[in-house]
Amino acid sequence: MAAEPVLEARGLSKQYRRGDVAVDALRGVDLVVPEGAFVTVTGPSGSGKTTLLLTLAGLLKPSAGTVRFRGAALDGQSDALWARFRRRHLGFVMQSFSLVPYLSARENVMLPLALLGRARREQYERAEALLARVGLEHRALHLPRELSAGQQQRVAIARALANAPALLLADEPTGNLDPALAGEVLELLAGVNAESGTAILMVTHSPQAAAAGTHRVHLDEGRAGARPEGAPATAGSLRSRG
Amino acid sequence: MRLGLVMWKELCHRRGSVVSGLVAITLGIAVIVGIRSVTRASEHAVAVKLDSLGANVLVLPQGASVDDYHTADIDAPTFPEEYVERMVSSALLGVENLSPKLTRRVRIGAVPVVLTGILPDHEVASKPTWQLAGLEPAATAHACLGDLGPNADERLRRKPVEQLAPDECLVGEEAAARLGVAKGDTLTVAGRALKVSRLLPATGTVDDDRVFMHLHEMQDLLGVGRQLSAIEVMGCCSAIGDGLLSKLRNVLPDTRVVGIAQIVSTQVETNRLMDRLSWGILLIVLLVGGLSIGNFMWANVSQRRREIGILRMIGAPRASIFGLFLLKAVVLGAVGGLLGYGLGTLAVVGFGPAVLGLEVRALPGWVGLAVLLATAVAVLGSLLPAWLAARFDPSANMQEV
Ligand SMILES: Nc1ncnc2c1ncn2[C@@H]1O[C@H](COP(=O)(O)OP(=O)(O)OP(=O)(O)O)[C@@H](O)[C@H]1O
Ligand SMILES: [Mg+2]
Repeated sequence: MAAEPVLEARGLSKQYRRGDVAVDALRGVDLVVPEGAFVTVTGPSGSGKTTLLLTLAGLLKPSAGTVRFRGAALDGQSDALWARFRRRHLGFVMQSFSLVPYLSARENVMLPLALLGRARREQYERAEALLARVGLEHRALHLPRELSAGQQQRVAIARALANAPALLLADEPTGNLDPALAGEVLELLAGVNAESGTAILMVTHSPQAAAAGTHRVHLDEGRAGARPEGAPATAGSLRSRG
Repeated sequence: MRLGLVMWKELCHRRGSVVSGLVAITLGIAVIVGIRSVTRASEHAVAVKLDSLGANVLVLPQGASVDDYHTADIDAPTFPEEYVERMVSSALLGVENLSPKLTRRVRIGAVPVVLTGILPDHEVASKPTWQLAGLEPAATAHACLGDLGPNADERLRRKPVEQLAPDECLVGEEAAARLGVAKGDTLTVAGRALKVSRLLPATGTVDDDRVFMHLHEMQDLLGVGRQLSAIEVMGCCSAIGDGLLSKLRNVLPDTRVVGIAQIVSTQVETNRLMDRLSWGILLIVLLVGGLSIGNFMWANVSQRRREIGILRMIGAPRASIFGLFLLKAVVLGAVGGLLGYGLGTLAVVGFGPAVLGLEVRALPGWVGLAVLLATAVAVLGSLLPAWLAARFDPSANMQEV
């Protein structure tokens, strides 16, 4: 069981086309996220980090390559099956604006459970527990615009955890936050990873944030490669921090 | 929480655009319902008028003078009675009743009167008030009121003259006065004794000065054979507008077919115009309503790009997003249809008498139709935006941040 990684990508390529212009955002990326790992992805702007996350979640179709979830191939499956995969097994946190503006903090957290068809009571109780977990139980009824950026991000994390995902994808979750708030959010993510064993794949620009991971990947021009510090790493291999 | 609640919260959140979309649908439906109600009321008014005038089409021999509709049949040349059979067998739509007649000037004693032969089986008491004289209905024939429901004026229901024996006659009020006869008296017409079975109350027309007897008895009495001077036709008013007259002319080429021209050409034409107008407006409403709802949904789609991205990200399938949009359209359409029906009905029922001089009734059957129509328009108008929303590429959205 431990042998199967949560997520495994092989030879993942993604080419964007706009008329005659083609952009190779990913060029044969290999990536492994073991159970319970906290993988951080760094790389310059435009290196394909967001593209990688969207492709892994099935929100973009790769041009080539395979994606496996606990050993089962995901690529090539229908949109409906991808949606079901995200509902059941994925959590997603973005840099900002990831909350539905007309739903309260609690309702935002309940939303994934509503999509799963869970009972009202279960939705409610789980949302309360998760809001408490991110320290926002007293803001349950507030709309996103009534919350600070850091608080919004914590609600987004609570929502990403609502379906008890096997893997949480985060795209620069601290990018919009000042260092103190960024530290809080990072701590929260590391805590979730340590407590519940939820695997995390987090894109970040900050070396400090990257250091929080148990594994690190560096992307450059669509290729997974050496760490920025220059430590040796073959394309797609993952380095353990410890 | 259910997805329906999410939709509801969104509608509340975007109250402004929801209201403007609703207003477009509501006004459109209100205009349609209003026009339909007024048209219906106007058709009813024409029907009542035509019925109160009695027969509205007259078949006369070729060469008859038609200077005066009501006396056109007197002393005119004749045509064979089998023309009635011809008309019946050609099964013309809109012909409600046929009354063959023979009219001649005769002298009763020294008094000149107009004698009209009618067939009791076919003859329709040509003035509604005749029924007050106790001509009991065997069957009820109504011309234009047929489809107007139970509210049609009871007095306007035509009833055939059942009882008119060969040795009886009916005498109009004026004629009775001039002849000095009363019910039960006997009149001698061309040597034949006829019992006055009823006096007919005044109708204010030439009929008041006529004596009516059995058609076949009169034909034999005057020795004219099976000939008629006129056939009175009760034609349904819309059928007259649709060319019943020329169809009658085709069936009976050597006769003269005349209608109550003024009424046919004015009010029926107005109704047909209204009818056409309401279809035209329906088309415009479909277009404008559909476009405005579509536009609302479209604006909504772009406003919602991020939210759709979020929903897709947390695993809402395309079908759910499509469904959310359609549900919204259905809700808006249904509400707009109901409001529009209420508004349109209130407006014409309330202002109809004062502005149009017309008693306008609500059309309850149109509630469902209005809701259905508005919903159809809203759904059609939002199909494309909904489809685009559902297949909207979430990556474009997430790259924006
Ligand atoms: N929808 C698109 N159409 C065309 N090209 C795109 C599209 N989205 C991204 N790209 C291009 O693909 C490359 C990778 O983009 P991506 O957003 O994945 O980079 P990134 O590493 O997330 O950058 P950043 O750190 O700025 O967020 C870039 O060159 C970008 O311009
Ligand atoms: Mg990015």
